[in-house]
Amino acid sequence: MPKESKSAAGKKDDKKSVCEASLKMLEQVSKSNGKFDTAFERAEKMKPCPIGATGSCCKICAMGPCRLNPKKPEVVGVCGANIDTISARNFCRMVAAGSAAHCEHSRHVTHTFIAAAKGEVPNYQIKDIPKLTKVATDFGVDVKGKPPDKIAEELGQKVLKEFGQEEGGLQLMKRAPKKRQELWKEQGVTPRGINREIVEIMSRTHMGDDADYKNLMLQASRCALADGWGGSMIATELQDIMFGTPVPVRTKVNLGVLKKDQVNIIIHGHDPLMAEMVVMAVQDKELQKMAQSKGAKGINIVGMCCSGNEILLRHGIPLAGNFLQQELTITTGAVEAVVVDVQCIMPALGKLTECFHTKLITTSRTVKIPGATHVEFKDNDALNIAKSIVKMAVENYPNRGNVNIPDNTTDMIAGFSHETINYMLGGSFRSSYRPLNDNIINGRIRGVVGVVGCNNPRVKHDYVHNTLVKELIANDILVVQTGCSAISCAKEGLLVPEAAKFAGKGLREVCETVGMPPVLHSGACVDNSRILVACSEMVREGGLGDDISDLPIAGCAPEWMSEKAIAIGQYFVASGALVVFGATWPTTGSEALTKHLFEEYEKLFKGRWAFEPDPNKMAAILIDHINTKREALGIQKTKARVLFDMEARRSLEV
Amino acid sequence: MSKLIATRAIRGAHKLVARAEKSLEEALKNHGPDKKVEFPNTGYYLPIAYGMLGMAIKTVGELKPLLKKAQSLLYPIPAEKIWVPYLGHTLDAGMATLFADEIIEVLKYLEDPIPYVLAENCPDEGNFWLGAADDVIMRKRGIEFVDGTAPGFAACVGVCPSTEVAVKIARELQEKNLYVLMSASNSAKGGNGKRGMADQLKEAGVQMGWETRLIPFGDDVTSTIHALGFATRAALSFGGVKPGDYAKILKYNKNRIFAFVLAFGEVGDEEHAQAAGAINYGFPTVSETDIGQILPTGVCTYEHVVSPVKPEEMVQKAIEVRGLKVQVTKVPVPVSVGAAFEGERIRGEDTYVEFGGNKTPSFEFVRTKDTKEVQDNKIEVIGPESSDVKGGTKLPLGIVAEVAGREMQEDFEPVLERRAHNFLNEAQGVFHMGQRDINWIRISKEAKEKGFKIAHLGTILHAKFHSEFGAIMDKVQVKIYTKEEDVLKMREEARAVYKKRDERVGSLTDENVDTFYSCTLCQSFAPTHVCVISPERTGLCGSYNWFTCKASNQINPRGPNQPVAKGDVIDAKKGEWKGVNDFLYEASRKVLDRFCAYSIMESPMTTCGCCECIAAILPAANGVMTVNREFSGMTPSGMKFSTLAGTCGGGQQMPGFVGHGKRYIISKKFLLAEGGIKRLVWMPKSLKEDIKEDFNKIAEAQGVPNLLDMIADETVAATEEEVVAHLQKMKHPAMELAPLM
Repeated sequence: MPKESKSAAGKKDDKKSVCEASLKMLEQVSKSNGKFDTAFERAEKMKPCPIGATGSCCKICAMGPCRLNPKKPEVVGVCGANIDTISARNFCRMVAAGSAAHCEHSRHVTHTFIAAAKGEVPNYQIKDIPKLTKVATDFGVDVKGKPPDKIAEELGQKVLKEFGQEEGGLQLMKRAPKKRQELWKEQGVTPRGINREIVEIMSRTHMGDDADYKNLMLQASRCALADGWGGSMIATELQDIMFGTPVPVRTKVNLGVLKKDQVNIIIHGHDPLMAEMVVMAVQDKELQKMAQSKGAKGINIVGMCCSGNEILLRHGIPLAGNFLQQELTITTGAVEAVVVDVQCIMPALGKLTECFHTKLITTSRTVKIPGATHVEFKDNDALNIAKSIVKMAVENYPNRGNVNIPDNTTDMIAGFSHETINYMLGGSFRSSYRPLNDNIINGRIRGVVGVVGCNNPRVKHDYVHNTLVKELIANDILVVQTGCSAISCAKEGLLVPEAAKFAGKGLREVCETVGMPPVLHSGACVDNSRILVACSEMVREGGLGDDISDLPIAGCAPEWMSEKAIAIGQYFVASGALVVFGATWPTTGSEALTKHLFEEYEKLFKGRWAFEPDPNKMAAILIDHINTKREALGIQKTKARVLFDMEARRSLEV
Repeated sequence: MSKLIATRAIRGAHKLVARAEKSLEEALKNHGPDKKVEFPNTGYYLPIAYGMLGMAIKTVGELKPLLKKAQSLLYPIPAEKIWVPYLGHTLDAGMATLFADEIIEVLKYLEDPIPYVLAENCPDEGNFWLGAADDVIMRKRGIEFVDGTAPGFAACVGVCPSTEVAVKIARELQEKNLYVLMSASNSAKGGNGKRGMADQLKEAGVQMGWETRLIPFGDDVTSTIHALGFATRAALSFGGVKPGDYAKILKYNKNRIFAFVLAFGEVGDEEHAQAAGAINYGFPTVSETDIGQILPTGVCTYEHVVSPVKPEEMVQKAIEVRGLKVQVTKVPVPVSVGAAFEGERIRGEDTYVEFGGNKTPSFEFVRTKDTKEVQDNKIEVIGPESSDVKGGTKLPLGIVAEVAGREMQEDFEPVLERRAHNFLNEAQGVFHMGQRDINWIRISKEAKEKGFKIAHLGTILHAKFHSEFGAIMDKVQVKIYTKEEDVLKMREEARAVYKKRDERVGSLTDENVDTFYSCTLCQSFAPTHVCVISPERTGLCGSYNWFTCKASNQINPRGPNQPVAKGDVIDAKKGEWKGVNDFLYEASRKVLDRFCAYSIMESPMTTCGCCECIAAILPAANGVMTVNREFSGMTPSGMKFSTLAGTCGGGQQMPGFVGHGKRYIISKKFLLAEGGIKRLVWMPKSLKEDIKEDFNKIAEAQGVPNLLDMIADETVAATEEEVVAHLQKMKHPAMELAPLM
């Protein structure tokens, strides 16, 4: 582990990453003499816009753009919008865009789900029947005596309705604790439908509309909730039903998973619909034979970012790396094809792949990139299309030039869905969150923090994630991860059960009992919804208060960069969590809005935002918050063991 | 550490499931798939399979899906490095083990000879392994888990370091009123492989069986299943949990049945697998040898596995780990005192001194005195002490306990007096039978050697009265007369009081009191069950009558026995009162709103599962049958007692069925709504014998002096048709009564 650096972003030692494999490849990049570059270099050249970084630039009408100065808050835009309004509008639009990304993903999944139920897309099936029954019941589908396909179809139709629905609320919000649902109602932020809330943000932030930052932020919460308890959760649930609910799998991570003597295909993006099919396609004997005829020993499929997380969780497919490694992967010269779908795909890949033999293949109608080959993915012919993509990669194998694969790989365990956690804590017959709650109450586990989110070249790659997570587990905090943050810690070796040795004594004991790592990988960033479900389950299990805001938990995105991260953070805050963001904070231009989010939100939602780029200080904030919650629950002090006589036993629930 | 335990448990489960597979293959070969399999006299089939999976297995062939289920729960042992979470797999392996155990054990009952003694208690000679407890034992003993007489059980697996240690641990558990359920370890070193604590107790000549709470299940580790089978049946019968509702059964066990596993000696893979099975029930393991530990809580209430623990500390440790509060009154006498010793036999040749039993005049008597006249803890023996007589002597005995207290009432005297039987019997080496002036007491030679004296009988009463009745009495002194002239004189005084009491009890009717009492003791097991106890209707368990409830309420005003104001009479014949209904509604957690005390057809009283008898209608006979718990045969209803209890137990109100105490049969209010005892058309012969005297009096008063003979029993009628034939032959009055339905 690198020495502690002085600055928040850990730039002191000038290294751009703490990931050895990445550093090796960056070295490679620097030797190209400017023939190609990556986000790491571009971030140095492209300084962040100082006004935009504070959220104080308004470009929503043609009277501007107006750049406001946080030091002169009395100066307003041409229309009179002050810095608070502008900052809030910008923030709201980030929430809207982030939510839209998840919800479009989710809508796509829902359409395929319905088609699968109807038998219109033979390559997709309804796999996880128990989960289908559970989710369908949650949606009010009468499941009795119906075949799975019928249930799935009814479920799909009900789900689909929620996207365009005007009124009526979202079914999965009922999973939240009663008290939280009431609070949403009180604050007027219960979402009505999914799309409606996004549209309303766009409308209210239009020139000459809502100028009250507090009022604007209420809609930001409503929209974000429609993402977390709507779009995102729907995507997670339907994906689980179609492709199987993740269970713990063992695999490897980092650039070393690329194989020198095999056709390497990278799956990058967020949507498992295409990824699943490519995984299926590589099993094809013809393609395998063809690969051999081209001199390759086989076809090696590896994941990147969240599409990678999806196929990792369900098939144990190795991961090449996280967001900032997408370009580095190509610079190994060992990648025959990068197959992408949606979100977090750098347009730079187009130009970069031109410098190598690598083919960039876009597959989504909604994501085309100059320089890429577009093979449009269609659900009804999914496997054939996937095969044709694999074939392109195989055919590209002989075009390889120099290959330079860093030999770094790390072992990891992933697959901690809500269902897995339930099972692993009690087996088939005693599955429950009781052991988790119990050990939080008895103090072995201090609390739980979700550490999630992206990479951002403005901070040292992976450094903030890894430093923070190590500090948290050393303080007996169980860490749950998704997305690129999970990949970062996986590379650091924190996602194996042996990593319990880095944990505090209490957490270590629990890890040893369960056989789990101290850091649990729960999935892609859309799967942050799993954490919402887990929190609700902790409340339901009892002993830790009656709302998510009572729990000793928090969320954190140490190296965030995307608007999705803001949407996720907002839905966690509105669900009652403290959410700490690192890297940068987009409302610093407005003191009032920042205060609203960082302090006043506590009164509104019993959850709030915080910003702290330094991982150690970040950890201190989180630990302090958890201690405060523990204090409020009266579990901070060890209690004497209760011995039960008959009367005491009668008071126990059976 | 946990990983090692997981590895061994999963490995053990693989072995046991493979063994079950082999046993089943052989059974299929030897007996064929249609051969019946069952544990003796139970309505719960293979209780674990029935409880966890809802499988009612009746034949060898039907064991196949159970084996398949067990196999489906087996995962590979944890990898050496980068393992996936193993706790869930371990617990599943534990459950697979229990299914495998059950297959192996039930098939043992097809062997010839059956390797178990089919009895409640171990015979003095020969094989002493008892195997599965039948439903009669389960119900009788189960009540003790309900009322707290038995705070839990210890499943003891393996061999203690020495016979002395085995005896010491057994005694320690007995003193804490815990049941000791023993099975051998298959990995025990020395001996002939399979050996257990029970072998050691046998060698030491300790009396074993359900009566002394020391139960040797089997000489095979798979026999541990009978402990968990017992626990499962408790949940099904007393908890009213539906078969297949595994989550509820296991939670019920975690929060109600405070059991734990004590592992002695070498703990092999197969023993680990049993421990994993027990953890599913919330029963932790405390091991003598070092097998590692699982300390974090969650599946069990506290730790899951604790080791190594020195033998002398194991019981204490296990109690703490299970979270069990054992309240035992320390009685300053030189022998152990505990409910487990109640069932101990003292043979004539082992007796040092004996009293009563129709051989010498004897009585016991509790009376209230003014507080000035009582000096607390004054124990006098007036006459010869045991040390003054030779072994084998028979002495007269008069025990007079004089109590005083502001809350003491004459009505409570018989309540205290009746408990003398339990209290004295609980002393190791003391035997007590009967009551009043028909009591019979023996003190063993062993007890005498330990220094037990006649005066100690008084010491026991003093300590126990204070601990149990401290809320109603402040002081107690005991005079023990052992000279014949004193005994005879005092007996006359006592008899006068007995007579007065009987008259008072006889004169008490449901009409002449305003208040009944509730008993919700069993709600710990059957959450909606409410007994309403009136002078003429005792509790269905037989242990609580109106007086005991009144005293109990005085002792613990917020306890399970609450006064119920009768309120307005709604229907005198059916026994329905407004106040009772109102009370019932609240006490049953708003599940029931009506209750007719004297009816079986209309809103009868709920049944918890502890009932002494269950009455059921026989429509063709236009009558009612009733069967007592001890009768294990088939009844004309087509159901055995255990099936009947399963049908109407668990706090349900089921017209056509009602649980009741034996004494209720001889009450004037017995099924008054349906015509009283004239409705009674069948009961077991043994029950007839039990109640004969009082029954005949009532029958005579009702003008049918030979009613008891008209009532069919198992010797003349096994089916409803045969009952009808008997009734016609005997001209039973039920034939003339209004149609039941």
